Amino acid sequence: MRRYAPRLIAILYLVGILVGPLAVVVWRTFEKGVGPAWSALSDPQTIHAFELTLIITAVAVPVNTVFGVVCALAVVRRSLPGKGLLNAFVDLPLALSPVVVGLALYLLYGRNGWLGTWLENHGIRVLFALPSMVMATIFVSLPFVAREVVPILREIGDEQEQAARTLGAGSWQTFWRITLPSIRWAVVYGVILTTARSLGEYGAVAVVSGRLQGKTETATLRVQERYESLDVAGAYAISIALAAVAVLVLVTMTLVKPKEGGR
Amino acid sequence: MSIVVRNLEKRFGDFVALDDVTLEIEEGSLTALLGPSGSGKSTLLRIIAGLERPDRGHVLISGADVTTLPPQKRGVGFVFQHYAAFKHMTVRENIAFGLTVRRRPKHEIRERVDRLIRLVQLEGMADRYPAQLSGGQRQRMALARALAPQPRVLLLDEPFGALDARVRRELRSWLRRLHEEVHVTTLFVTHDQAEAMELADKIALLNRGRLEQVGPPRELYERPRSAFVMRFLGDANVLDGGLVRPHDLEIGSQPRAGALEAMVARVVYLGFEVRLELIDGEGNPLSVQLTRDEAVGLDLEAGDIVYVRPREGAASVWQPGVGVGDEGSHGVG
Repeated sequence: MRRYAPRLIAILYLVGILVGPLAVVVWRTFEKGVGPAWSALSDPQTIHAFELTLIITAVAVPVNTVFGVVCALAVVRRSLPGKGLLNAFVDLPLALSPVVVGLALYLLYGRNGWLGTWLENHGIRVLFALPSMVMATIFVSLPFVAREVVPILREIGDEQEQAARTLGAGSWQTFWRITLPSIRWAVVYGVILTTARSLGEYGAVAVVSGRLQGKTETATLRVQERYESLDVAGAYAISIALAAVAVLVLVTMTLVKPKEGGR
Repeated sequence: MSIVVRNLEKRFGDFVALDDVTLEIEEGSLTALLGPSGSGKSTLLRIIAGLERPDRGHVLISGADVTTLPPQKRGVGFVFQHYAAFKHMTVRENIAFGLTVRRRPKHEIRERVDRLIRLVQLEGMADRYPAQLSGGQRQRMALARALAPQPRVLLLDEPFGALDARVRRELRSWLRRLHEEVHVTTLFVTHDQAEAMELADKIALLNRGRLEQVGPPRELYERPRSAFVMRFLGDANVLDGGLVRPHDLEIGSQPRAGALEAMVARVVYLGFEVRLELIDGEGNPLSVQLTRDEAVGLDLEAGDIVYVRPREGAASVWQPGVGVGDEGSHGVG
């Protein structure tokens, strides 16, 4: 019996923490049939919230993908001073609470902030608008691509790149033809994780968005708002939709993995 | 001259990898850069390829100063010890790489790659991935890849170092034949003196970042300019403060002028040759190599007393401060 104990503990833990609550959400959503759930999802403000989440993700993911790859190359391939510092800074968003990130942006771009006043005078609105929400999301989802790519770059070494150079390839050709194909699976994982993180971001965006219904309300903020308006079914329906996307992301990641023998 | 390096100097922190190295490589030759690990031979090769920058000095390829050119503009082919195969490309794509990045016409690439695949005997493997090849096949693919853009010089960094002994021997003689066929100026790095002697027209022997001696293998073997060269290219005995090769010692059973008395410790029959292990009066070991016939004629066994002296015309190097020779005053390795 003893050897089953760890397995039992793990399963009970997962059921208690993860599966249980999720099951309750599903059950509560469809408690009164599909109707209420559907009407909550087809509400214009909910649709707008999802659109906003998608727009933010569509900006944050490509930006962080490019930055992540460049950053990984800088950390692994170049011997620049302050490389250790750069490496540590990439991890900062993992350690820092998103609320702190939001607050920092608030102080910087707020009405009396360092940059806020100047931008306001030039007619650019950052806080309580899309720019700050995108910035907050980029910040919290920044480490994932770099974190996936760095170990793979280290593992493959730079001999293939050197070989490409001696064969006549310039830096750009070497990157597209040799480096990128070698790290492509790491980039794919990084992109998937970045997407998941961006879709689910709450804390930082909550601080900087101002939560203006139909304007700066993302899907996660919408869940909170519905719940506080005592529209529990609506809150659950949106949660289910978000959870479905998360599951989809995980399934994609698992499906993508075994192809071409890893990497 | 195909490759000329002048007064090259390279440091890694406090470590002096190359110290004022000047070397000329003839057009169409096959030259070995030989030396122990840490002697700077790989660094020299990588500087010629442009993969490393020298702190001082110049590199000329076909008369043009390429010291500041990046590797892709030097017209060199480079073969790495661990193949550096492009893992996500087939054999054909690997070999074609240098032509593809130069945007050569498709039919030209196909023709040239087909010819190279035949040359390196990888027919029928064109569509395989490197992971599906043996080490020897991968290295031949890497060689074909390096030859594809028709480089002015071919540089090989310990090309057989990662292969097992049998494949290494095969590839060695195969490379020699290939060189006779293709005739591109070739420079290869090795720490194996037998490999250098067997393959190269010329050997450049490096020690601690300095060139010890450059010349044909026979010249280095027979007229070593320093104790280091003598020791690196073969076994050597210390005799009278000088160095003498085991096969350059004469054995007699009677005392003779200039002969040293020694006792036979062991007689080892190695087929066509016989090795005698001797101990001289001061307890120093000596090794002598005899033909089988000589050994049978002397009929020696452990405990016998013999008299040893260098043969006439034997290659020898005298240690600094001892003996009368002048050639040996270059320091000991």
